[in-house]
Amino acid sequence: MKTKSLALYFIAALCALTSCKKATSSASTGNPAISLLNVSYDPTREFYLDINQAFQKVWQTKTGQSLDIKQSHGGSGKQSRSVIDGLQADVVTLALAGDIDSLAKEAKLVPSDWQTKLSNNSSPYTSTIVFVVRKGNPKGIKDWADLTTSGVQVITPNPKTSGGARWNYLAAWAWANKQFAGDETKILDYMTRLFKNVPVLDTGARGSTTTFAQRGIGDVFLSWENEAWLIEKEFPGKTEIVYPSISILAEPPVAVVEKNATKHGTTEVARAYLEFLYTDEAQELAGKHYYRPRNPAIAAKYHDKLPELPLVTIDKDFGGWAKAQKIHFDDGGTFDKVYGSH
Amino acid sequence: MSYRPVTTESAPVRLFLIACAVLVLALFLLLPLAAVFAEAFRKGWEVFLASLHEEAALSAIKLTLIAAGVSVPLNTLFGVSAAWLVTKFRFKGRSLLVSLIDLPFAVSPVIAGLVWVMLFGAKGWFPQSAMADAFAPAAHLAASLAEYQGFGWLFSDLAVWLADPKIIFALPGIVIATTFVTFPFVARELIPLMETQGSDQEEAAVTLGARGWHVFFRVTLPNIKWGLLYGVLLCNARAMGEFGAVSVVSGHIRGETNTLPLHVEVLYNEYQFSAAFACATLLAFLALVTLSLKTAVEYFSGHDASGKH
Repeated sequence: MKTKSLALYFIAALCALTSCKKATSSASTGNPAISLLNVSYDPTREFYLDINQAFQKVWQTKTGQSLDIKQSHGGSGKQSRSVIDGLQADVVTLALAGDIDSLAKEAKLVPSDWQTKLSNNSSPYTSTIVFVVRKGNPKGIKDWADLTTSGVQVITPNPKTSGGARWNYLAAWAWANKQFAGDETKILDYMTRLFKNVPVLDTGARGSTTTFAQRGIGDVFLSWENEAWLIEKEFPGKTEIVYPSISILAEPPVAVVEKNATKHGTTEVARAYLEFLYTDEAQELAGKHYYRPRNPAIAAKYHDKLPELPLVTIDKDFGGWAKAQKIHFDDGGTFDKVYGSH
Repeated sequence: MSYRPVTTESAPVRLFLIACAVLVLALFLLLPLAAVFAEAFRKGWEVFLASLHEEAALSAIKLTLIAAGVSVPLNTLFGVSAAWLVTKFRFKGRSLLVSLIDLPFAVSPVIAGLVWVMLFGAKGWFPQSAMADAFAPAAHLAASLAEYQGFGWLFSDLAVWLADPKIIFALPGIVIATTFVTFPFVARELIPLMETQGSDQEEAAVTLGARGWHVFFRVTLPNIKWGLLYGVLLCNARAMGEFGAVSVVSGHIRGETNTLPLHVEVLYNEYQFSAAFACATLLAFLALVTLSLKTAVEYFSGHDASGKH
């Protein structure tokens, strides 16, 4: 009797299984749409949701083909690692050039001159690093100097895994470099004191956002400008944005993962997708999601939300990503020195 | 006749201890459960239903069911065979085998995921490109078999997969990781049970002329059925709830490789708290169903045992 019921369970499970399998196969064969996988970093979730919808329409009218765009989000460094390990991305839209460089260096998935394929260093929008503080700015945080005050808790993700965190780190470094006129001992001392005030290092920008905004940990959050405005929107009246005296021009780049796209036969649509990011329609969407549009006319429209401030650049002030990565973030770099003495 | 109560503590002390236990229970078990449901329904029924009906949520539910649907039967089969082997026979390396069965319990889920990336990743031991080359003849065979009527649906899918054998960041990787993590549940449940039962009844059956399969189905299986069911339930709960190992091999492609627990995290990170908790209630609901089934199993097995002896 009882053995029979067990046998029944097996049969039921088996049936459920095969019907599931059949359902998936018919779904995949019944739909001739081409599909594109965009592997991106953390704070772009809402932005690409809008972009994908807009581009699907454009592509449909242009070619008559219906297009399915899949998204994967996470810390920029971690995402880059996944693509190297075989995540079948057709395009990558990451937080910094260094993470696409490693696709070229480690796995030859993109050509080494990928950054010259699209205009503006292949970065259709830019951003910068700002401070988010609690409403009314109770700790009086105005500039980078205030971050080392004792008793101030600073929230930033881990520069080893997060692109935003690397921009944070370099922006702080740029301020200290100016403040201490390039005296490396003093800069390192400042950075060490800054990271002494960091209670947790999340792996990605979004993790840090929830740490700061949802869980209420920390006094100041070093954040992407777009993420800062998103917090303002999602948690109205809880936070304030503070623009420091100097920050860094963050250029989140995009690239077609040519090796994968060739294999999937998606090179053409992938390229069109990235070129679409430079069109007026997409530039407007960038501004709407608090990215700084490259198109000066459209950027001017969002000026009151995204004000001008002195910005250092990775190429002029740090000698490019390859150099910055080696000096600051590779094993034994300045970040290890700074955080090792935590 | 005066009787001596078992507890000698005064009433206030007893009351205090009971209150402590109730408080801990409420704080650590009931409060989180209540919070999940409260958060899920905070924006009303419509939002709750809509977030379960959304495309990405449905795909996550389907993926979770497939992963559990494959791994649970496999691990049941494996668990029963392993427990049978380990408890009814004595051989060299037996204790080593018992320890090996526990390996998935011992390693961190992150490692349980990373080993598969190490093995099947593009830079791993068996990268997709190398496997595609190795499988090319099989892919051809499957493709030609697919042309025969009746088997088309089976072989055409197989041919597509063999031509481009994706393991990690796709369904097979998720199934493998889930199976690996839930490997020991059934065996762990059965080994102590079968150990205490000994092999007297089987030996008796053999002396009466029963053969291998006969002994298994008529003697062993009826003895272990409740333990087996209990193990299967636990295995299923973990298979559907596994986060760590699956997170490593998933690639987090929305609507494709996110299981239900991963989908909950994605929604939470997108500030869709109500939707996140709506999906979490599905998992909580599964936990409650498992728990009540488990209680039922314990109740019936208790009755069964007392009826027999």
